[in-house]
Amino acid sequence: MRDEIVLATHGLTRRFGGLVAVNDVDFDVKANEIHAILGPNGAGKSTLINLLSGEIPPSEGQVLYRQQPIQGKSARQIARMGIGRSHQKTNIFPRLTCLQNCELAARIHMGGVFGSWRSRQTAQKVSERAQEVLDTCQLNHRAYTTAADMSYGEQRQLQIAMVLATAPSLMLLDEPMAGMGREETAQVTDLLASLTDRYTLVLIEHDMDSVFRLADRITVMVDGCVLESGPTEQIRTSEKVRDVYLGRHDEEAIA
Amino acid sequence: MDLAFFSVQLLNGLQYGLLLFLIASGLTLIFGIMGIINLAHGAMYMIGAYLVYDLTLRLGNFWLAIMVAIPIAIALGLVIERLFLDTLYKRDHLYQVLLTFGLILVLNEAQRIIWGGNVHRVVVPAPFDFSIQLTDNMQYSVYRLFVMGVCLALAGVIYWVIRHTRLGIIIRAGAVNRDMVEGLGINVRTLFTLIFSVGVALTAFAGMIAAPLTSIAPGMGDSILITCFVVVVIGGIGSIKGAFWGAIIIGMATTFGAVLIPSLASMVIYLIMAAVLLVKPRGLFA
Amino acid sequence: MLHRYPKRAAFIMLILTTLIAAFPLWGEVVFGSQANFILEKLTLMLILALFAMSLDLLVGVLGLVSLGHALFFGLGAYTLALASPDFSPASMWWMLPLVMGVSACVGLVIGVLVIRTKGIFFIMTTLAFGQMLYYFISTSQFAGGTDGVFIMFRPSLELGGSTLLDLDNPYSFFYFCLGMLLVGYLFLRWLTRSYFGQVLDGIHDNEHRMQALGYATSGYKLIAFVIAGVMAAVAGMLAAMQYGFANPAQLGWHTSGEVLMMLILGGMGTIFGPILGAFAYEILLYIYEHTTTHWPILMGVTIIVAVLILPRGIAGLIIAPPWHRKRQTSAEIVGKESKASVSAQPVTQSKED
Repeated sequence: MRDEIVLATHGLTRRFGGLVAVNDVDFDVKANEIHAILGPNGAGKSTLINLLSGEIPPSEGQVLYRQQPIQGKSARQIARMGIGRSHQKTNIFPRLTCLQNCELAARIHMGGVFGSWRSRQTAQKVSERAQEVLDTCQLNHRAYTTAADMSYGEQRQLQIAMVLATAPSLMLLDEPMAGMGREETAQVTDLLASLTDRYTLVLIEHDMDSVFRLADRITVMVDGCVLESGPTEQIRTSEKVRDVYLGRHDEEAIA
Repeated sequence: MDLAFFSVQLLNGLQYGLLLFLIASGLTLIFGIMGIINLAHGAMYMIGAYLVYDLTLRLGNFWLAIMVAIPIAIALGLVIERLFLDTLYKRDHLYQVLLTFGLILVLNEAQRIIWGGNVHRVVVPAPFDFSIQLTDNMQYSVYRLFVMGVCLALAGVIYWVIRHTRLGIIIRAGAVNRDMVEGLGINVRTLFTLIFSVGVALTAFAGMIAAPLTSIAPGMGDSILITCFVVVVIGGIGSIKGAFWGAIIIGMATTFGAVLIPSLASMVIYLIMAAVLLVKPRGLFA
Repeated sequence: MLHRYPKRAAFIMLILTTLIAAFPLWGEVVFGSQANFILEKLTLMLILALFAMSLDLLVGVLGLVSLGHALFFGLGAYTLALASPDFSPASMWWMLPLVMGVSACVGLVIGVLVIRTKGIFFIMTTLAFGQMLYYFISTSQFAGGTDGVFIMFRPSLELGGSTLLDLDNPYSFFYFCLGMLLVGYLFLRWLTRSYFGQVLDGIHDNEHRMQALGYATSGYKLIAFVIAGVMAAVAGMLAAMQYGFANPAQLGWHTSGEVLMMLILGGMGTIFGPILGAFAYEILLYIYEHTTTHWPILMGVTIIVAVLILPRGIAGLIIAPPWHRKRQTSAEIVGKESKASVSAQPVTQSKED
């Protein structure tokens, strides 16, 4: 099971007008691994993740999820196939409580479209599931706080909790630690590390420490193309990567 | 239906459509750039017509009346934008709807206070107060042809501004992504004031040149407003091209609907809108 | 928390409800011979409150601004007027389901079309469909054109041959309307606090995120649209019973605008706010109409002022009174403001690339 390929892309390309944001990318994710995508700003990482989650259609190439093309499916259908994602910008329901946010996420995979009118038993299960992910993300003390009233770091954590609550078989996380302080970053890194045995993760992240600590494999992108892809050790020692990417970011990379 | 009758209807449809375009282009610009839904747009059309009616009586000359009325309309637009809309840009559409609905009540009633509830007419001005003979028993008003010409000329000017000037680039960028305009380092305040005044002036001007062709009555702005909404929905919000073709479609549909299927005439434009929504919910040219 | 309000809100509403329900007891003492007239006004306010409340589900809860809600109000009125037999009263037992059924069907058809649009497009298309029915009715022979249709007999409410409630009696009809309003209120209160309501809140906050989670948001929006339409149609039916006729003006967009005004005056998104708004609007209207023939100016100015300085309406004053605001920043207010900053831009495409 360990080497089963969950997600694969073939010749994936996306153009915006004249700009090629993602250029002929071949990329795959194996079950239960953390696959990180590194790259400088503008390398096409977010576009790639938007292509993987089906939020934008590719110009060329395709995305296969468990051997099935996701092309032509709506974001909603893809979510229901088991691909959960978080966004780079905080993307929660600000007027609802922390718990309600997670309940909304949990309910969708526990009933049909109108599962909202299901039995008390389902309600119980949904609520338990929501509590559980709040526990996992160490947010249970905030369960009844309105999301808008939480700190920025907590909101980011809530976003991860919501992705977890949908019980996805593949999680796409777009810079989960963006804008966080050192302590919060460490906390989220621990959280993600604790998920590896149960989830498959694709992670876009700038924080090098976290990436090297978490990732099983790393793909480095530059200008929309894959520069190098391989196990974390290989990337850490790669000359090519060091020149193109790490060299530029000396001050913030590998402290 | 013989050919002459058909061509008269065609001309009528075209003329009505072009007039609608003037009004709808203002509406769509104001939404596309400023993100404001302006229900009082129709009331400005009415005020344009009443201004010309009033000033023609006072000054004795239709053309002079238009010259005086245009600055008044622009000034009114400026006042409304500065006084009321300024606070609304960041707020929900609901508040824009309500505030401009409040403005309609005020403007409609102000019209009643100033000009009363009677229906008025403006005589077709010289030198266009004659008709040309199409066939033995069909004639066509030259003033209508003149209105068409003016509308087409204005449409051309708008097209040129949008295609070939810096302002046009900003307008096109803003219609796609409003935040981008702010990112371009443009004084958004001034831009908004300019767009709103131009939009209001276009509508009021449409009311002015339409005055000799319609009866000037209280509430005349309301029905034209809703027709223009249909135009904008069909064409796609923020798109001048969409407003143009939407207006022509609606102008034709209204004219021919009234002739061919009188029983459904009042509903034709809405049925067209429903059809467009089914096929392209964002409008034909969005 | 959303849809939970301070105790004083419930307290104030309870007192007002009791006062109104007891009107037959104190009305004559206070208003003398005017009591019957006031009772009629109160009945109308109850009906309009139901109407405004139904719109709140769309505008306040779901965040969809409809400018065509009068379509359903008028539809209810015309369904009653056209389905009533000419020489005998209809039975409420089939009239009510008929009105609800017709409006649900119309709501479904129009809903499917308008739900496809968003924001300003939604406003314009709801307005346009409202006007479509308006022109259709006011040019149709069978519906009496611009004159409308008179209703000769109010429907009767009988059970096993005996009259359950004599709806021709102004007092019984008043209580009937009060009952309908209460039922409507309890239903919406339950709905907004149910899971379904939570989904609607989620769509209001961040529809894009709901879709990314896997929710078929259009389905939920459509259901809410139909529910709001059915409730408005019931209000329209009651209004037609009260007036004794159905008139195209009940369908027109000015009616849609007025009900939006009630919503903003009362405070949207709170369900109980629009009830207060309907009463406030009607009372203001009554005062203005007796002040000047040019009352629309006063009404227009009122609404402009309300939008500018009291965007959260009367309910906003009750939930977070100005003298409380310094001490406790209501979670609601914070929620509103940060909502603007968090979800102002859709996140379909990140700006990074």
